[in-house]
Amino acid sequence: MILLLLFLVPAGTAAAAYLVRQVPVRLGFLVGTALVHCLLVAGLWLTPAAPALGGWLAVDPLGLLVLSLVSILFLVIAVYTVGFLRTEPPRGGRVFVTGLLAFLAAASLVALSHHLALMWVGMETTTLALAPLVYHRHDRRSLEAVWKYLLLSSVGIALALLGTFFLAAAQTSGHPLLLEDLISGGTNLQPALLRTAFIFLLVGYGTKMGLAPLHAWKPDTYGEAPSLVAGLMAGGLTSCAFLGVARITEVSMAAGQGEFVRPLLIAFGVVSLVVAAAFMIGQSDMKRLLAYSSVEHMGLLVLGLGLGGAGPYGTVLHLVNNALTKGVMFLVVGNVVLVTGSATSVGARGVLRRLPVSGVLLLLGLFAVTGSPPFGLFLSEFTILNAAISEGYPLIALTVVLLLAIIFVGMAAVILEVVYAPAEAPAPVTRESLLLVGGPVLLLLAVLVLGLYVPPTLHRVLVDAARGLGVAAP
Amino acid sequence: MSGLSELLLLCVVLTNFWVLGTTRLSSTIRATAIQGGLLAALPIAMHPGWSLHILGLAGGTFLVKAVLLPAFLSWAIREAAVRREIEPLIGFSASLALGAAAVALSFGIAQRIPLAEEATALLIPVALSTVIVGLLVLTTRNKALSQVVGYLVLENGIYVFGLSQAERVPFLVELGVLLDIFVGIFIMGIVVFHINRAFDSLDSTRLSELKD
Repeated sequence: MILLLLFLVPAGTAAAAYLVRQVPVRLGFLVGTALVHCLLVAGLWLTPAAPALGGWLAVDPLGLLVLSLVSILFLVIAVYTVGFLRTEPPRGGRVFVTGLLAFLAAASLVALSHHLALMWVGMETTTLALAPLVYHRHDRRSLEAVWKYLLLSSVGIALALLGTFFLAAAQTSGHPLLLEDLISGGTNLQPALLRTAFIFLLVGYGTKMGLAPLHAWKPDTYGEAPSLVAGLMAGGLTSCAFLGVARITEVSMAAGQGEFVRPLLIAFGVVSLVVAAAFMIGQSDMKRLLAYSSVEHMGLLVLGLGLGGAGPYGTVLHLVNNALTKGVMFLVVGNVVLVTGSATSVGARGVLRRLPVSGVLLLLGLFAVTGSPPFGLFLSEFTILNAAISEGYPLIALTVVLLLAIIFVGMAAVILEVVYAPAEAPAPVTRESLLLVGGPVLLLLAVLVLGLYVPPTLHRVLVDAARGLGVAAP
Repeated sequence: MSGLSELLLLCVVLTNFWVLGTTRLSSTIRATAIQGGLLAALPIAMHPGWSLHILGLAGGTFLVKAVLLPAFLSWAIREAAVRREIEPLIGFSASLALGAAAVALSFGIAQRIPLAEEATALLIPVALSTVIVGLLVLTTRNKALSQVVGYLVLENGIYVFGLSQAERVPFLVELGVLLDIFVGIFIMGIVVFHINRAFDSLDSTRLSELKD
């Protein structure tokens, strides 16, 4: 029952938010739904819920992680939206809130579904729900961005559907496309069809994750979408897409296809890191920079999966850290854009003086997002690198360290300039609304805590989540 | 596999060539409408049991792919007053030749796919070649609307492939897939409409401001 509520509640309020005319009521729906969703998810952590819809919806550690990330990020973003819509022209209100809530419903469906075709339906819906939000500003640039986003994501996701059908064809026993039966009957899957399915699903959901070279939509979309939407994409949408890749990896591992899938995952991971590093140097727009940073982190996620050993544990920990950090960064950059009207190192300057809280957050966020200690991303990147060395890939470890260093330089060059360089005209200090900075502060604190101490409850779930994806964790 | 479904599958291939070879956008849309109708008839021809599942699938497909989407796309070109795909990246005769190559290739690949069902002699190659034709239209045509048609053809190819698994994929999920495709193309159509207003052109090559 609770599983059904998790996606029926946001779906219902999405419709309601479209129908009501009063803005406060609509925003009440948004924040209220986010709160209820968070409480329901918290309930799942305390007591396991029974599967629903004949096993199509169920909770497992990995799905629970993704669901919790989406839920936390959504609550923060919902509160932020209230502050955002006060300053932005009110045009967006109706479609904006409906799109956000529809996204929450679809993302919950993805995280909970153990039927891989149902998961596809949820995944496509997440793409569509956010499309009108990318076009929020209604200008030529956002039009171009939404076109690329829609077309590339839809084609990617169409290929994932083809992969899903191949997976159904590979199955000889059990309920079709049910995750439990796919895993328990793994050895009965026809290898050739399973491999074909894996390739299509990796390319399909990989496009949605934004793995290079399938990332072409990402910088444009993140660059043109309102920052909070980009944050929801970089933290929530990509986590859902990763879940798609993780599911087919789980099935392939259970079927004894590790030898086939690992090199592919490693290759996508390394190529993503290379592309991210190459395009971050000389980039001056913070949002595009963060988009390439997202390509980098998605690369690290699949790299960890491919390495084996402690890699999958590093990957799931990285998934958590990445989602929270991307939330911080995009929301803070959003604050900068709201005040200066620009996200580039030319247009936005002297942020530390004009927006003291956001300036400090941006500076700390720079260290968090590039994986510097003591933030959580350091721990997870270190675990993945460690796995690379202990599993016998020292060359990959070395390459990754070099690329991470280049990425740090690329990020730091722009963000330090934005934070410290004096603004051209002396600008007043802006009073920052708690709605706009409260969420990022809390998220950043969480990333900091995760770098110092992983709570035992979370650790247990992470270990369980990593188990299906490869070998046991440290 | 009955003779009727083989005939339907061959007609699907013919509509693919129609899409590839025609310059008039309205004619392309008509081709996809006919293709949608063929796809709706396929499950009935392949599974002659008149089960509710198959009838529902056929009805839903007909409604979405043969009626609603073509009508919507026709509305979009009427509003945007575009008639022709003028200069595709690859000429029409060349893309027809590529389409023929795609069919040959698909037959080659299909023989190597070890599907358990016997009902696949023609189904798999037709599905794969439709997917390839969809991708071809998507990547070589300049008009945003032609690209939407390409996406629709791509989805049609995947649908044909999915028919080989029809009894294994639940009806509810199939409806979800149809609904997603419908909403997806609907949103794309709206975007196309806005592109036309903003750029006075449906040319997606105009969309080139964003780059590194």
